[in-house]
Amino acid sequence: MLKDDPLVLPSILRDATNSDSALKKFLNGLSGVDKVGVEERVAKLGTRSIKTTAKAEGIDLSIRMIDLTTLEGMDTKGKVKSLCAKAKRPDPLDPSVPSVAAVCVYSDLVGIAKENLIGTNINVAAVATGFPSGRVSLAAKLQDTADAVSQGADEIDMVIDRGAFHEGRFLDIYDQIQAIKHTCGAAHLKVILETGELKTYDNVKKASWIAMLAGADFIKTSTGKVQPAATLPVTLVMLQAIRDFETATHRRIGMKPAGGIKTTKDAMKYLVLLKETLGDNWMNPNMFRFGASSLLNDLLMQRQKMKNGAYSGPDYVTVD
Amino acid sequence: MSNIDVKRTAKLFIGGAFPRSESGRTYEAKDKNKNFVANVALASRKDGRDAVVAARAAFAKWSEATAYNRAQVLYRVSEIMQGRREQFVEELSLWSKTKKQAETEVDEAINRMVWFAGWADKIAMVTGSNNPVAGPFFDFSIPEPTGVVAAVAPENSALLGLVETIASIVVSGNTVIVIASESQPLPAVSLAEVIATSDVPGGVINILTGSYKEIAPWLASHQDINALDLTGVDKKQIALELEKEAATNLKRVLRPNTKLDGLARIKVFLETKTVWHPRGF
Repeated sequence: MLKDDPLVLPSILRDATNSDSALKKFLNGLSGVDKVGVEERVAKLGTRSIKTTAKAEGIDLSIRMIDLTTLEGMDTKGKVKSLCAKAKRPDPLDPSVPSVAAVCVYSDLVGIAKENLIGTNINVAAVATGFPSGRVSLAAKLQDTADAVSQGADEIDMVIDRGAFHEGRFLDIYDQIQAIKHTCGAAHLKVILETGELKTYDNVKKASWIAMLAGADFIKTSTGKVQPAATLPVTLVMLQAIRDFETATHRRIGMKPAGGIKTTKDAMKYLVLLKETLGDNWMNPNMFRFGASSLLNDLLMQRQKMKNGAYSGPDYVTVD
Repeated sequence: MSNIDVKRTAKLFIGGAFPRSESGRTYEAKDKNKNFVANVALASRKDGRDAVVAARAAFAKWSEATAYNRAQVLYRVSEIMQGRREQFVEELSLWSKTKKQAETEVDEAINRMVWFAGWADKIAMVTGSNNPVAGPFFDFSIPEPTGVVAAVAPENSALLGLVETIASIVVSGNTVIVIASESQPLPAVSLAEVIATSDVPGGVINILTGSYKEIAPWLASHQDINALDLTGVDKKQIALELEKEAATNLKRVLRPNTKLDGLARIKVFLETKTVWHPRGF
């Protein structure tokens, strides 16, 4: 355990991370997730109709919450540069469109992104720790993180060791997250659970708790490289874990669903879920993010529709 | 054992699926004697928009399919129509003066589908050209599909007019959202079932039932539609309004009462690409 643990946890939670068996006991003591209940609640909330001014506000809030992402093996400096331009002015024809929250790239491209975002308050997020599989040694993970931070990354998106999770080595995951957090320094740490590989809601809940106990600033659903990526039920389970954690510790953890969120309608559903589960304190880009790329274009098209009265098309937004 | 009388629900045809109207609305179709025939889905502007998304998604593959393949698919549509001839005759008879008339229209519609299918691999030969130019270039022009086309099918030619509208648009590689005859919707619903079982990729042909007066303005102003076929618009004032809306993104427009048919109709929804290929002498 690191000595400069920034968390002041209530003693019961502090004790839970003392040993492997204590952590296992604590996680197994968490109440189980009611699968049917979660899915039913999500379906119910998904039917809410968000129209006119509320929709306009929801669209702008969603844009401000986006981590505009490019995570391809074929990413070039030029691609990152154009992504940064889009992050600053998502719709070149309409200066009233707000900027996005952050640009999310691989760690070797952090410098390029940083350079192109000088003078803005848009953050640069880097995926690190052997993204997306995380199958590298801890030393390599720490080096990856340190590289990104030294290039100026404001946020680090790390992946947990899902293999360790399925083997039941929860304390290993906890220790790794803490070590990465330590390396991050001032940079915010988002912990990717890769819920598609955790298989059950109970596992998602456990992994959320491990990440939050270890000092995550955000918990994030997915890398976007595994199907299923972010889903509404999984997000609800994680939001509920965040709520329980806040009750126990008075610490507010952020949430980032990522992967597969493509339409304005989807985004509105996530916002409804967020508002109903965690309330207004989370309804801002400091506490909630969308990890997305194509979502932004759909939001812009909907925004154009609300402004001009006519349905817009993909010819009127930038091609990524 | 007695048969259960299973009534068919007349639904929309969007992206290869048969959804009810997103609005949940239906309207009553009446035959020529004002007797109730069926409850038919009343499409909303949202359904129109969904259809545009489906048509746009289908465009890339359909427009790049070989002409031979498109011809085969449309020919297949006529084959399945032939198999359902009796059903089409029965439905058209609800509105036609005589059964004989209905039979003639169905046969003609099937012939028309075959005729258009045959054009798929001939359009480029007939409308393309090899252009003499003053320079060392081989210069040629070839037709390309316009893109996504929204069409209002004729009100009083519920099958033949619909087939003519659809076939002339999709044969060259366009995808279509067509608003069927409002007062005689059943042949369109049956044609949708034919299309769904004829290897036409989902989204290439989308059929909406309901009032064009409600849906067409939204399609005319939609920025992701490339052309507008107003053949079935029977009100001059509305046609004018739709044409104005269409101008916002320079859609190609086929006006009502132009009496275009056959190849002339196909040509309305084509663009010409001219290539200057260096010849080197």
